[in-house]
Amino acid sequence: MRRYSILALARNALGYHEGWERAWRAPEPKPEYDAIIVGGGGHGLATAYYLAKEHGITNVAVLEKGWLGGGNTGRNTTIVRSNYLWDESAALYEHSLKIWEGLSQELNYNVMFSQRGVMNLAHNLHDLRELKRRAHANRLNGIDCDFLSREQVGEYCPLINLSPDIRHPVLGATLQRRGGVARHDAVAWGFARAADARGVDIIQNCEVTGILREGGRVTGVETSRGTIRAKKIGLVTAGHSSVLAGMAGIRLPVESHPLQALVSEPVKPILDTVVMSNTVHAYVSQSDKGEMVIGAGIDPYVSYSQRGGFNVVQDTLHAIVEMFPMFSRLRMLRQWGGIVDTCPDASPILSKTPIEGLYINCGWGTGGFKATPGSGHVFAHTIARDEPHPLNAPFSLERFTTGRLVDEHGAAAVAH
Amino acid sequence: MLTIPCPWCGERDVHEFRSGGEAHLKRESRTDNLSDAEWADFLFLRANPKGEHAERWYHVHGCRRWFNAVRNTHTDTILAVYKPGEAKSEVSQ
Repeated sequence: MRRYSILALARNALGYHEGWERAWRAPEPKPEYDAIIVGGGGHGLATAYYLAKEHGITNVAVLEKGWLGGGNTGRNTTIVRSNYLWDESAALYEHSLKIWEGLSQELNYNVMFSQRGVMNLAHNLHDLRELKRRAHANRLNGIDCDFLSREQVGEYCPLINLSPDIRHPVLGATLQRRGGVARHDAVAWGFARAADARGVDIIQNCEVTGILREGGRVTGVETSRGTIRAKKIGLVTAGHSSVLAGMAGIRLPVESHPLQALVSEPVKPILDTVVMSNTVHAYVSQSDKGEMVIGAGIDPYVSYSQRGGFNVVQDTLHAIVEMFPMFSRLRMLRQWGGIVDTCPDASPILSKTPIEGLYINCGWGTGGFKATPGSGHVFAHTIARDEPHPLNAPFSLERFTTGRLVDEHGAAAVAH
Repeated sequence: MLTIPCPWCGERDVHEFRSGGEAHLKRESRTDNLSDAEWADFLFLRANPKGEHAERWYHVHGCRRWFNAVRNTHTDTILAVYKPGEAKSEVSQ
């Protein structure tokens, strides 16, 4: 891998930018690997990268049925934060946020991580109590979190409608100043390039159609490009986790729902932070291009349509326009849906499975993007050592039987 | 899926309905007889197929009655609707 640098930029400028090498190879699948990661999104690519970097397992393939980052990695609203309630989640998401802070340097790829702050609004007494409780819990866990009064919200983000006469008046907010946004495509590309440089084979247009097993352990996968063998297989397929796990006879406690987002036409910089509201199910930030990036609530029914219903978009824009009346004149450019795998306790599953050599990373629901580097880091540990990292040990499949749930319905921005 | 055909009222806007999740789940009457795994199965495991799905709907802003539907979760096409108590309709692909 040739490093990207100011010198490389100057050198290539002299050659009319015709000398850049491919960011990653396009290899043919080998008949056998030490480990296979199914799913070429951010989490899968990060897992492959850390398998190679931290555990020396470089004979790894990432199998992607479409193109890299074409699923939820390229469909989310790019918000990064770690202000979760319980110790287990706070540790996991904060682990990830700490990696985010040095990720561009580590990958030698600009992921455009911008710590512009993330605000969570309170609209009623219950919200106020819940957010204050979470702010205290965050501080006890060493995670930065300020509580803002209504007046401080106005000072921090003057655009917000503070009128007491609206349907859901703003009463206060939490603010995590280290939170922010990142360029989601760059995260997939950066991890892909760095993993490839360490010998990982990234194979696109390769759909897994079956999981091969012998005597209670995995031996490989059937794919649209033939059989590929491996003794360790990690499933990182988000909305399609139930489908993939079903190929191995495992039922998961997840349901797949469309989560929609949309962007407006680009305008001059007017919003320099991220504003989220659980109560009205809307969140918004402004991209570097100037578009308002707006996230909606999930469609309430199980679906794999990657589209979602128009009424959800309507409801979200009602809320956005009430919070930001000046946005009523913005025209929306694009709308899309991603299929999110929601868990009953709104926490992920990073776990071994009853089948030896088969590992699963799923259930991130509506908020997986922020966890991309940390999730890959601990999941690689789980695969390499065949035992969970201390940070993901609480997020096992067994917790649904033992009852040790990690209930993050309050900290997940979107109701599950 | 912009409209849903309510078996009581006919075709109505999707906004009038509330999704009730998987249909035909059976709750064991003596839950104290269940093992932890069986109880977890009832509480947390749902079908979640990519394809035909039998599910409950509630016409909350209409007749306020429940009914069942079979829907293709990949295309969001509703293949059949039927009233509570009726058997899951035979639906061809």
